[in-house]
Amino acid sequence: MGTKVNLISGRTIVQGQNLDNKLSEKYFDEVATCEMSKADLERLGVAAGDSAARVKVRTSFGEVVVKAKENAGTPAGIAFIPMGPWANAVVSGETHGAGMPSYKGIDAEVEKTEEEVLRVKELMQTYKE
Amino acid sequence: MGEVTDVVCSLCGCVCDDIVVEVEDNEVKKVKKGACAVGKSKLMGHGRIKSPAVRERKGEGESGELRECSYDEAIKKAAEILAAARRPLLYGWSSTVCEADKVGVELAEEIGAVIDNTASVCHGPSVLAIQDVGLPSCTLGEVKNRADLVIYWGANPAAAHANHMKRYSFISKGFWTAEGKKAKKLVVVDVRKTATAKMADVFLQIEQGKDYLVFSALRALLYGYEDVVPDEVGGVSKEELLEVVKMMKEAKFGMTFFGMGVTHTGGRHNNIVNAIQMTRAAHTHTKFSIMPMRGHYNVAGINQVCTWETGFPFAVDLSRGYPWYNPGELSATDLLIRRECDAALIIASDPGAHFPGESVRHLAKIPVIQIDPFPNPTTEFADVVIPAAVSGVEAEGNVYRMDNIPIRLRKLVETEYLADEEIVARILNEVRAIKEKEGKEGE
Repeated sequence: MGTKVNLISGRTIVQGQNLDNKLSEKYFDEVATCEMSKADLERLGVAAGDSAARVKVRTSFGEVVVKAKENAGTPAGIAFIPMGPWANAVVSGETHGAGMPSYKGIDAEVEKTEEEVLRVKELMQTYKE
Repeated sequence: MGEVTDVVCSLCGCVCDDIVVEVEDNEVKKVKKGACAVGKSKLMGHGRIKSPAVRERKGEGESGELRECSYDEAIKKAAEILAAARRPLLYGWSSTVCEADKVGVELAEEIGAVIDNTASVCHGPSVLAIQDVGLPSCTLGEVKNRADLVIYWGANPAAAHANHMKRYSFISKGFWTAEGKKAKKLVVVDVRKTATAKMADVFLQIEQGKDYLVFSALRALLYGYEDVVPDEVGGVSKEELLEVVKMMKEAKFGMTFFGMGVTHTGGRHNNIVNAIQMTRAAHTHTKFSIMPMRGHYNVAGINQVCTWETGFPFAVDLSRGYPWYNPGELSATDLLIRRECDAALIIASDPGAHFPGESVRHLAKIPVIQIDPFPNPTTEFADVVIPAAVSGVEAEGNVYRMDNIPIRLRKLVETEYLADEEIVARILNEVRAIKEKEGKEGE
């Protein structure tokens, strides 16, 4: 059983710099991450400064493994994944009649995991199956 | 060629047009001035799709991998897919020029496709709100020269539009704002304390999804109904709200820029309607304006082109023989989740990365034609891949900045890659040839 969070996605500067470079390590390092507050990460058992820690984010639309990252600007109860294929593996396609999926404000559960983060190519492969 | 001045950036909706680059041996060697970190990365370039390619079928000795081919073969294959499709989707159109978009609408008309653009996952709700209540807006030049109060709401320009504050708003120096940020105030409303929020005079850290309530509270306070506003609204205290209202009333010219923090959350277009109504409430005291922070450099342009060609800005169905507009039904995400379309042409966008998994799942299973300069997640399942010239570096054309000002992109280097406009036009010609042949056979 993981910790319940409100999941949002959005832009970062490195994500923007690598918009045309999505198959790169730089993009992977930046975008396959989940930013949370220090308190929330401690609750999950992620030690401060543990750069190898990974979390599994689960919503009713799917689950994805990403690297855990502390961000002091992220309030407790919020998880932020930069916009991209990892965030979109768990966001809702429900558009409420407006054409716009629910990229922000998704109920999610986060837990620490030892599973590996999928690369772009591996992640895309899962959609073909 | 040496130094090239007045280069126009083809990355975000800021469309900065004062960039200086160094071009040598038909290559951009250095960005000397003007571009932000993101724009610089774009101008310097990344690894390209090397050749047109078609995906071989899997099984029976065939690999299921992309096989390099000629432009002619890829374009012919693309035309065959589109001509045979019963419910084709033509999606993207925001990271290319208006000239290509125009041919795109013509192609949609020819094959009776649904044509949609990235606005549907970006500022589509803003478009709906504007259709509902209008938009008291202005140009970025007016903001630069007049605004002494800037509000960024659900937007983080420090990451997403890194030159925006410097060129057009809080940090810029204009005719009546010669002192720059010394004589201006910055308010930021966001869920996270972003890099932009750290610069603010007042930062309202609101609870996620409570934008509508906070807009309503500010409207009430601007109209003088302090008694109806509770002590706390959406995680923000009444004192903080009153402070912002005081700043709004005292401003000579206030400006609200809003981003996807407002369009992506619950309430969607209703949030924007309320933001626009807040602007109107501010008009009872002073000059105030509002503008969406458009993302792609020409998403405003495809909305313009689609509107003047079909009457509607996005999510347009041309299968009836006349344009039919219904976001929520005809927007790309919805079509894909309902598994309605049976082929897709994806140009100048990357739904593989930016659409919800539920939509990508269907897209990965239908024939997909991709037109793009760069390999990306969509390439991983595309069946026909057609590399294009990079607009603003290798191809010129017109684009619309986020305030709907048209600006012409410059060509800096020569290339053997075809421009988007030519690729789409050649697909259209092939489609017409197939249809003509089918028509003759049917006689």
